[in-house]
Amino acid sequence: MQFDPFVIPFDLGLYFILIYAVTRSIIWFRELSRPDKLRLQRGFFGKAFGQSLKEIFLESLIHRKILKSNLRLGYMHMSLAFGWFLLILFGTIEADIFGEKHLNAPYKAIFFKFFNPDHGKTPFEAGYSFLMDLILAFILSGLVLAIIKRFSSKAVGMKKTTKLKTLDKIALTSLWLIFPSRLIAESLTSGAYGTGSFLTGTLGSWLASFLPASQMAYPFWWLYSLSLGTFFVLLPLTRYLHIPTELFLIFMRNSGIRTGDKAGSFSEVEVHSCSSCGLCIDTCQMNFSAGINNMQAAYLTKAIRNNTETFDIAQNCLMCGRCDQICPVGIELSPIRMIQRRTGDSEISYTNTWKGYFREKQHLPVKKQNIRNSFDFLPESNPGKADILYFAGCMTHLTPSIKIAMTSILNASGLSWSFIDEKGGACCGRPLMLAGQDKEARELINYNSQIIWKSGAHTLVTSCPICYKVFKESYYLDVEVLHHSQFIKNIIDDGSVKMNFLHKRVTYHTPCELGRSSGVYDEPREVLRHVANLETTDFDNENSLCCGGSLGNLMLSQENKRKIASCTAAELTRKNPDFLITACPLCKKTLAPVTKYKVIDLSEIVAESIVTPAVLKKNTYRFKKTVRESVGVEKS
Amino acid sequence: MTGSVVVVGGGTAGMEAAGQLAKAGLSVTLIEKEKYLGGHLREWHHLFPDRRPGDEVLSYLKNQIIHNNIRLLTGEGVEGFQKRGNDFIINTRSGDVVKADAVLLTTGFDLFRSERKEEYGYGIYDNVITSSDLEEMFHSGEIMMKNGEKPEKIGIVHCVGSRDEKVGNLYCSKLCCVTAVKQAIELKEALNKCKVFCFYMDMRMGGALYEELYREAQEKYGITFIRGKVSEVGVNFSKRLVIKAEDTLAGRPLKMELDLLVLMAGMEMSAEGLKLAEAGKLEIGENRFFAASDNHFGSNKSNLKGLFYAGTCTAPMNITETISHARSAVSDIINYMNSDRK
Amino acid sequence: MEKFGFTLTKARVIDYDRNDHSIVDFIMEREPSFKACIECGCCSATCTTGNFTGFSLREINVLLKRGENDQVRKKIKKCMLCGKCSLVCPRGVNTRNVVFVAKQAFQKFDNYAV
Repeated sequence: MQFDPFVIPFDLGLYFILIYAVTRSIIWFRELSRPDKLRLQRGFFGKAFGQSLKEIFLESLIHRKILKSNLRLGYMHMSLAFGWFLLILFGTIEADIFGEKHLNAPYKAIFFKFFNPDHGKTPFEAGYSFLMDLILAFILSGLVLAIIKRFSSKAVGMKKTTKLKTLDKIALTSLWLIFPSRLIAESLTSGAYGTGSFLTGTLGSWLASFLPASQMAYPFWWLYSLSLGTFFVLLPLTRYLHIPTELFLIFMRNSGIRTGDKAGSFSEVEVHSCSSCGLCIDTCQMNFSAGINNMQAAYLTKAIRNNTETFDIAQNCLMCGRCDQICPVGIELSPIRMIQRRTGDSEISYTNTWKGYFREKQHLPVKKQNIRNSFDFLPESNPGKADILYFAGCMTHLTPSIKIAMTSILNASGLSWSFIDEKGGACCGRPLMLAGQDKEARELINYNSQIIWKSGAHTLVTSCPICYKVFKESYYLDVEVLHHSQFIKNIIDDGSVKMNFLHKRVTYHTPCELGRSSGVYDEPREVLRHVANLETTDFDNENSLCCGGSLGNLMLSQENKRKIASCTAAELTRKNPDFLITACPLCKKTLAPVTKYKVIDLSEIVAESIVTPAVLKKNTYRFKKTVRESVGVEKS
Repeated sequence: MTGSVVVVGGGTAGMEAAGQLAKAGLSVTLIEKEKYLGGHLREWHHLFPDRRPGDEVLSYLKNQIIHNNIRLLTGEGVEGFQKRGNDFIINTRSGDVVKADAVLLTTGFDLFRSERKEEYGYGIYDNVITSSDLEEMFHSGEIMMKNGEKPEKIGIVHCVGSRDEKVGNLYCSKLCCVTAVKQAIELKEALNKCKVFCFYMDMRMGGALYEELYREAQEKYGITFIRGKVSEVGVNFSKRLVIKAEDTLAGRPLKMELDLLVLMAGMEMSAEGLKLAEAGKLEIGENRFFAASDNHFGSNKSNLKGLFYAGTCTAPMNITETISHARSAVSDIINYMNSDRK
Repeated sequence: MEKFGFTLTKARVIDYDRNDHSIVDFIMEREPSFKACIECGCCSATCTTGNFTGFSLREINVLLKRGENDQVRKKIKKCMLCGKCSLVCPRGVNTRNVVFVAKQAFQKFDNYAV
C-alpha cells in the first residue's frame, strides 16, 4: 500500500504551513532594518547559531524556564512539544528503517501504522513499537493536563489562564483530537493485526474483542489526518503560531537584535512568539493584589496579534517589569508595551490582512501636533560651578527627610556640590516618556541637560530612581550619573565617610526603576550592610515587588494602588524589622501609609550613622577616578 | 436600682457616665489605662467657644465621680472581655477579672500622628508643631520657637490627618477649624505683635457660637484666613520655614516664610478601642470608629446587647457633645437594666 | 481697524448652558475620581510646572467642569506629568490621569491636538 486518499488533508495542511512559514519568514526578514539584517546573517552563520540551537532545544522543546517556575505547567508544555518532536523524529526513522524504501514522503512516517499494519512482529520491531507507544503515552499525559488546565487552571498550579477566541477554540479542539485519534486509529489497526505494544496493543486487542476493528480503524485514520490538516491551516491565525515563530525569535535574539522603540519585524516576531502560557498573569501584582486581570502581557500580545484595541491594556500597567523577568520565551514585554503607548506618536503600525494570515506594515501620517515650545516658560537657570550636582527630583520634595539626609551626607563627603533643584526644578522627563509622550519629554531633557552642562560637574547624583533611569539612558551627558545608593557606596569605599553600625534589623525594598529597570541591586544592599542587619525577604532583587505607586500606570485608582502597596508592605515586613528601607521617595510615600512599620530611605539611615564629617581637604580628582573605576567606565 | 457596670476609659465621657450611673444606684467600675483620669481634656488649656479653662471642666467631672458606688482602677488596661449569658466578664491587663451586667466603652480618640504627613515636616523641622503641642505651650505660658525666640509669623494648617484620603481618613474631625480659630486668637493675645495665618479648605463653624468666634478672630484679632491647603513645607537658607500653598481664591500659588507652623491634627479611633473591637468582634465603621447600631436612636448601642458606647470612640465630638452623649448612654443602660436584660 | 467704544467681546459670564460639556463628560467617564475634587489647591501648590508659570490644575478642573474649554486647551500642554499632585491630593483624585485623559479628549473632540 503506497497511498490512500485519507492522507490528503494532512498533506494539504503540511504543504500549506511550510509554504506559509517560508513566505512569512521572508517578509519578516525583508522588513528588518539594515543593521539588523546584517546581525541576523552574521548570527546565522556564526557562533550564535550553536547557541540558538541549544536554546531551541532547552526552551522550545524542554521548556526549562517554565519547568523551573512551575513544574506541572512545564511538564505539560514539555510533553506536548518535546513528545511531539520525538514522535516525528522516531516516526521518520521508523518509516526509514522498516518501510518499503528509504526517504519516504512525510505522510508515510505519520501514518506508518496504517501502511505497515503488521509491523511489530519481530522482537526488534516490537521494541521499537514499545518506544513509539511510550512517546505517545508521554504526549497523552501532557494532553490530559492541558485539558484539565482548560477547565480548572489550578490543577497545573496556575491561578489564572488565558481566555480564548473562537478560532483558537477550533484549533485547540483539532490539536486535542490529534493524539487521541492517533491512539485509537493505531490501536484499532493493531487490534485487527495483533500487533502494537503496551499501549496500542493492549487497547487494540481489548477494542477488537467486541468491535469490528479493521472496519473501525479507517474512519479514525481520516479523523487523525483531518485534525492534523485543520490544525496546520488554522495555525497562523491562532496563538499556536508561537511554535514556529519562537524558533525565529531565538535566532534573532541570539544575533543581537533588540526590540527598540518602534514597531518592526522583531517586535512582530516577539508578539507572535507568545504562547499565552499565562505565567505573566500569575506574577503580575495587578492580578494577585488588585484583582485586575485583563491587561497582563499575554493579553497585550493577543490584542496586538488580533488587531483589537490595545490602548487601555497598554496604559493600565505598572511597568514594574516582573513579567519581563518571568517570560519563558524571553519576550521584551515592557518595551513592546511602550511601543503601544507611543502609537499615535509613531508612524509605524501593523494591521491584519488576508483574513489575518498576514500583517501589513503601515506608515501612518503623524498627526501634526502643536507641542513645540510647550515648556518655553522654564526660566534660564544657572546652578554655579560644582564637581557634583545633586538632583533631588520632584518626588523628593515631598519627602523632606531624604533631602535633609542627602544634604548632610553630601556635606560630610567633603566634596564641592550644588543642589540644582533646591527651589524646585523641571521634571526629568521620565513620567512623560512612560505616558508615551517622548517628544515633550525630549524638551525637558534638553532643558535639564543645559543646566548640567553649564555647571561643569563630573558627577550627577539623584535620589529618585525614576530620574536616575532617564538621566542614565536618555540624556546625552558627559557626566557620571549615580543614584544616591551608588554615591554613598563610593564615598564609603574610598574612606570619605565612616559609619557607625546601628544595631537595627532592616529589610530592603528594591524599587522597580532602580532594580529590574536599571540593574542596580547590589550597591544599596552593600551600603545597608555597613550600617544595619539586613534581613532577606521572599521578594529580593529580580523578584522584588512593586510598591504600587508607580508612575508607569496612569489609570490605576488610588484604591487599587493602596491594595498593591499593602500586599507589598506586608510581604516585606514578615520578619518584623525595625525599619523597612527603600531607595526611592515615591516608594517611601506609597508604602509608609499602609504599614505600621517605619519606612525610611536608605539615605536617612546612612545620615544617622555617619561618624564625623570629613574635613574639606579631599582630593576631588581622586574621587572622580574612583567613581569612574567603580562603575567600570573610563572617561574617553 | 441594683446592678453593676464597667466603664472602660476615664476621659470626659467615662467620668461623666460613671458619675451619672453611680447616682442612679448602679455600682460602677471605672477602668483607665493612664495613671490619671481626664484623658485628652487634661491637655487643653482653654476650651472653645468661651475659652473656659479646661481645668474647670475637669474638676466638675472629678467631683462627679467621688461616689461610694464607684470603684476606680487607674493605670489598668482591658485585655479583653467575654459575654456569658447576660453577664460580661472583663479581663484586665494585670490579670484581674471583673464581672458586670453591662459594659460602657468610652475609649475615646487618638490624636493623628502628624509625622505621617511627611511633607509637613513634623519631627523633621524644629518649628513645626501640632495643636496639642501648642496647648502645652499655652499651659506653660511660654510660646516660643526652638531657639527660644518669640515667633512673629505663625501659620496654622487645618485638616491635618482629616479629610485626607492619603492617610486613610476621609471624615472631618469637626473640632480642628474651631480649635484653629481659638488658638489663633490666643496666640494673638499672648504675642501681641505676631501675625497669624490660617490655611483652610473649608471653614466648618457649625457649633454653637463658633461662627461668632470666627468673626471675632477676623474683626478683633486681625487673623488672616487663606483658602488653600498647604502642600509642602521646607526651610530656606536661614532655616526659616517656607510653606507652599495655592491661594485658590486669588488663583495663584503662594509662598510664605513662617516662624512657627501649627498643624491641626485630627482625631482617629484610639488604638485601644481598635484592640477591643477586634477582641470583642465589635463592628467598626469605614472611618474605623465604633459603629453605632442605629444612627438616629441607637447612637450609644453596639452590635452586642448590653455593651454601650459613649463619646469620641464613635465619632469626633467636642466636650459638650461628649457629655451629652455620655448622659444618653446612661439612660440607655438604665433602660437595659430595667427591662431588656430581664 | 478702528476700534469703537463698544466692541463685541465675549461675555464675562460663564454661559453654562451653551458651553460644550463633552470634554468633561469624557474625562469623568474615563477617570471618575475627577468628580471628587474640592478645589483645595494642594495640587497647584506643589506643582512643578506651577512653580514657573500660570498653570493650576485646580483652575483647569473648575474650568473644565464649567465647560470653559478654550482656556484649558492652551494651558494643559504645560503639564510635565510628574505626578507630585497625585501624591498630595486629599481626595484621592488621580490627577495625572485627569491631565492625560483631558489631552486625549481635546484630540478626540477637537480636530487639532493640544
